[in-house]
Amino acid sequence: MTFLGMPVHAPRDVGQLRGDESFPDAARKALQNSGLRGNLGRATAAIRAKRAAVVGEVPDWQQLREAGRDLKVATMARLDGYLEQLEEQVTARGGVVHWARDANEANAIVIDLVRATGSDEVVKVKSMATQEIGLNEALEAAGIAALETDLAELIVQLGHDKPSHILVPAIHRNRAEIREIFLREMPGVDPALTDEPRVLAMAARKHLRAKFLTARVAVSGANFGIAETGTLSVVESEGNGRMCLTLPQTLITVMGIEKVVPTWRDMEVFLQLLARSATGERMNPYTSFWTGVHPGDGPQEFHLVLLDNGRTATLADPAGRDALNCIRCSACLNVCPVYERTGGHAYGSVYPGPIGAVLSPQLTGIEDNASLPFASSLCGACYDVCPVMIDIPAMLVHLRAQHVEAADAAHRLPTPEATAMRAVAWSMGSPRRWRAAQRAARLGRLLGRRRGRISALPPPLSAWTSSRDLPVPPAETFREWWVRTHSDGGGSVAGDAGGGGEGGTP
Amino acid sequence: MRVALFITCLADTLYPSVGTATVRLLERLGHDVVFPEEQTCCGQMHVNTGYQREAVGLIRRHAAAFEPYDAIVAPSGSCVGCVRHQHETVARRAGDDALAYRAAAVATRTYELSEFLVDVLGVEDVGASYPHRVTYHPTCHSLRMLHVGDKPLRLLRNVRGIDLVELPAADQCCGFGGTFALKNSDTSTAMLADKMRHVGDTGADVLTAGDSSCLMHIGGGMSRLRARTRTVHLAEILAATEQQA
Repeated sequence: MTFLGMPVHAPRDVGQLRGDESFPDAARKALQNSGLRGNLGRATAAIRAKRAAVVGEVPDWQQLREAGRDLKVATMARLDGYLEQLEEQVTARGGVVHWARDANEANAIVIDLVRATGSDEVVKVKSMATQEIGLNEALEAAGIAALETDLAELIVQLGHDKPSHILVPAIHRNRAEIREIFLREMPGVDPALTDEPRVLAMAARKHLRAKFLTARVAVSGANFGIAETGTLSVVESEGNGRMCLTLPQTLITVMGIEKVVPTWRDMEVFLQLLARSATGERMNPYTSFWTGVHPGDGPQEFHLVLLDNGRTATLADPAGRDALNCIRCSACLNVCPVYERTGGHAYGSVYPGPIGAVLSPQLTGIEDNASLPFASSLCGACYDVCPVMIDIPAMLVHLRAQHVEAADAAHRLPTPEATAMRAVAWSMGSPRRWRAAQRAARLGRLLGRRRGRISALPPPLSAWTSSRDLPVPPAETFREWWVRTHSDGGGSVAGDAGGGGEGGTP
Repeated sequence: MRVALFITCLADTLYPSVGTATVRLLERLGHDVVFPEEQTCCGQMHVNTGYQREAVGLIRRHAAAFEPYDAIVAPSGSCVGCVRHQHETVARRAGDDALAYRAAAVATRTYELSEFLVDVLGVEDVGASYPHRVTYHPTCHSLRMLHVGDKPLRLLRNVRGIDLVELPAADQCCGFGGTFALKNSDTSTAMLADKMRHVGDTGADVLTAGDSSCLMHIGGGMSRLRARTRTVHLAEILAATEQQA
């Protein structure tokens, strides 16, 4: 008998799920880049408006969202069965299925498969799963060149950069920067290149066409894997993905295990939700489906690598597992006031923004991404736009508790924050103690005596007064006023303005 | 109707005028306001900072303090949001199903002020007078947790003498977010700067909202910049009458 143990998290030594610094530190640096903030502000505002317009014209949008959520929840509840069905169907149609417990296993499988073809280069369809596991770096270390063919991913790759958005990986770049990257890095580029979008796109097209025609191996991700027929699907805008999926002899698809859907019928719901939420289009331009291998038509060898890398561990948490329902539309990034200002790199993971703040810590284990669940004001805009109704704010709150409790369980000394939070909870534990705490807070009147406001406080409250004043505590709290005016236990006191300070600034 | 006032720890301590205004308003509308003195705090700061275990005692205290009342009103969308959407979950996570049940029952009778006025009392004109240029910021939890929609605006539009001007990008968060403002102070400040710019663009004398916390944040930023706009809670505008003006 084999002891399987608890599901494991994504390994530390590989992939792109962890940053080098905490979110607040990375965000501070990003916020100093005014060019970045401009690029992001313009781009996210444009996508937000486009999405709002096309979502607004669907009368049953809310029912569609509920259907999407219900389909995902039902699928996750029987994920093991659907994955086995998918394997059976892919195999029956001439494909080969590989199971990868984590990033290292997946990378090793892909490297072996490419080597077996004798090729030392692959063309790539835009894929989050392969970014997550650091496949390009692993291939390069094995002497295999990986060429990104999605225009934005190509910009990121040529710029020796990292993607900063799930759908628009080069959203942090403007067209002048893209022109510079092309001039510097693209072999044989026309030195008279301008920064017109069409000119840039044509330069990329010329660069890529040669590769499409010669590449013998393609690597893709998958948006959906349909269990009933073993069909895989990629949803993209440029057609470059389709080139990769149809021209090379060998196709290797790396798919997170949560991407399985039970039936073709489910695509009716997801394709409506995805296109409108992601790019703000009514219908997606290039939606490719492929099923096994067909002699004389398309790739003659098809491999499907099913990737866990922390997904089973995520599935094990009832309060966090809905993060797996994500269909990677990025609507939550585009509406997030935090993402809009810091950009994606600050999150340290290939999954940035609100969904990244709940997905990354679950894939890696909370302590490896402990600052991410706190990278949100809990404004709730993400939940409102999520096409599969993932309650991201509630999940962030859950993960914050998980972090605090994990730190506690590790028997570390209580942090100053924990001590303060416990002291506040204690003082709020009875009205008598609370009144005493309020009286103590009134000492703050001394601080603002002269100017009528408090402008400087010691750490950690200095983080507040770095940019904001605090009002001087009033001479009388509400409950003191109540006792003074209503001590007979009720009755009218209309007209008494109370002794409290006015709310707000003078 | 007998109405229990859920004052919120912030208004109790720093903004008592919001509480006195709420009492004055409800009494003017003919209701009997009671203040359960056992209340302290709903525990939102603890829940949202990850200290759920510490919050359980506060949730128990809150449920016990308000259980006897049929209508509970708070001048805060955020604190009502915590009672309605978090208390039961936190109690259940702590394994206290009995408390979860009690908290859920209290939550169904807890209202944010504008909801209570419009939905329960059926009042949109509270007889207020406030001759100032005012702009309204719909706070995130009022807007997206409670879905108060335009109820606060409907109340404001009926105020005598008010010059109500629209706030650009009103639904954008001000960057407060409780301890977010401390833990991610730089990001919070960047959000605040945009909010203050939009408020400034309206030329309003007064910025109002249904939450003292968000007003403390935006007001604190505007105070630092010596901006001319001051912050006044929705309850204070609705409580104001011609006699006072």
